[in-house]
Amino acid sequence: MDTGKGMLSNALSSVHGAPPTDMPVLLPMAAQVRRGALIERREGTYRLDVQRHHIVWVAVLFVLAGVAAQAATPEGLIGPWEAIWKWAPFILWGPEGELKGFSLNLIISFFAMLFGTVAGAALGLMQVSLLLPVRQGSWFVTQFFRNSPWLVLLFTIMLLFPFEINLNPIGIDLIIPVPDWMKAVIGFSLPVMANISEVVRGAVISLPSGQWESAESLAFTRRQTMWMIILPQCVKRMIPPWINWYCILAMATPIASIMGVEESVTFTNQALNAEGDRPELIPIFYAFLLAIHFIYTYPIARWSIRLEKQFAVKI
Amino acid sequence: MELFADFFRELYENTGWNFIFLYEQYEFDRILEGMWVSTKLIVASLIFSLVVGFIGAWAQGANSKIIRYGVAGYIQLFRNTPPFVQILFFYFVLGNWVPTYDAGGYQEGYIDSFGWAVISLGFFAGAFNTEIFRSGIEAVPESTREAAEALGYTRLKSYIYIIFPLAFRVCLPALNNNLVNLLKTTTLAYGIAVPEMMYTANQIWSDNVNVVEMMIVLFVFYVGLVAVLVYGMHKWEKSMKIPGYG
Repeated sequence: MDTGKGMLSNALSSVHGAPPTDMPVLLPMAAQVRRGALIERREGTYRLDVQRHHIVWVAVLFVLAGVAAQAATPEGLIGPWEAIWKWAPFILWGPEGELKGFSLNLIISFFAMLFGTVAGAALGLMQVSLLLPVRQGSWFVTQFFRNSPWLVLLFTIMLLFPFEINLNPIGIDLIIPVPDWMKAVIGFSLPVMANISEVVRGAVISLPSGQWESAESLAFTRRQTMWMIILPQCVKRMIPPWINWYCILAMATPIASIMGVEESVTFTNQALNAEGDRPELIPIFYAFLLAIHFIYTYPIARWSIRLEKQFAVKI
Repeated sequence: MELFADFFRELYENTGWNFIFLYEQYEFDRILEGMWVSTKLIVASLIFSLVVGFIGAWAQGANSKIIRYGVAGYIQLFRNTPPFVQILFFYFVLGNWVPTYDAGGYQEGYIDSFGWAVISLGFFAGAFNTEIFRSGIEAVPESTREAAEALGYTRLKSYIYIIFPLAFRVCLPALNNNLVNLLKTTTLAYGIAVPEMMYTANQIWSDNVNVVEMMIVLFVFYVGLVAVLVYGMHKWEKSMKIPGYG
């Protein structure tokens, strides 16, 4: 997926774009399109593009689905609004006293992001190491996990990871149970790790080489240069794609329902079953699911877009 | 060939590594079928998404406001919702409204799960393709368009013969990204029981309890496909690059 260091840094160096021109040439716009594609390639995903009017559309969809269900409800059965009201706590939090349903989606996304970020940052720094084996090894790991489908990774972890880890053989009297959702966390953190690794590497190599050279002329060691000069500048560039990745991850957690993790989609289906699989209720329940995911993701995605604008001026 | 099969049979007997499809015809046919369905799914949704993108980008420049808003709404909707939910929606909600025929005792829709997977994945990737093609079209200068008009091209003809070929070369890198992404997304068709690679592998490991081996096969298959696609597209990208532009 990579186009090499030269092209990337070339593409990223002129962030302000080519100078405007009146001449009828392809150049400025074409270069911009290409630059966008290369940045997207580095980040491994598209940027979410949520806008204010989406709130209205989600609300309209929800109300329409509800009204349609209301009209189709037979005599004597509870209507869609009561059904949603009745099942909303179940879909959001699961049964009394357990954090499942939508809250489990959030827990999975939170921990997967945490592990993915920590491991990804380490892997990304290994990718800019001076040691060839370290660089090549981490490159391979990154590319491998970046280019495998999420579902395949999730299956692998869900099926191959032990359901408990027994620490008795190493002398500790402890058995750590690994429930399904924790396996899902690991399964999701792998692709996140690989993509964050690439974001880190991209940010480091996108800095002008003058930064390295001037640090060297001031007698900074490589480690000092990295920690005190390069990385602090990288953080700014990494935060918008990092938040974007969190949103993508949060949006992807429902696929854990394929493996029977008891998150929001699983519970929505169970709630629909409990209402007797009435076809008119399906759209409203899924619209509800869409709405809660949207309400959670929307502010975060907006925030990422705002930060991007804020940071872009100062680079 | 016999030797090859014997080697893997012995490998199983000696080490427990069960690559069963390499020495049993039945499983071999099964996995071949899975690969074939997967390949068909990928190629079909790829082509469909390109067609959607081609038409969508053209419609975005339409004179009618309704068409333009319609396309914008479509892009926003498919860009910002998870593809897995889209597949489920197409299959379970729209699938209910498709007329059915009698398939020997039970009712079968005219569009099966494979068809729905192609349609939903095609629309998902098509939304991105529309935007990608549009950005390429915007890179074509107004005067080129005017020159085409002066030569008597209609809007459609100038789109097909002049604007699109130029735009395509501009947006090929972005398109490349999206197609790789689509390839990885096709595994989600597992969710509606399309008998593709993932599904077949699941069947095989359910029958033979060789999860690890089948997982390795899955990884080799998908990472291999991505590698081939990336390599091919990269070559193409290089040869299609407009000299001196970006």
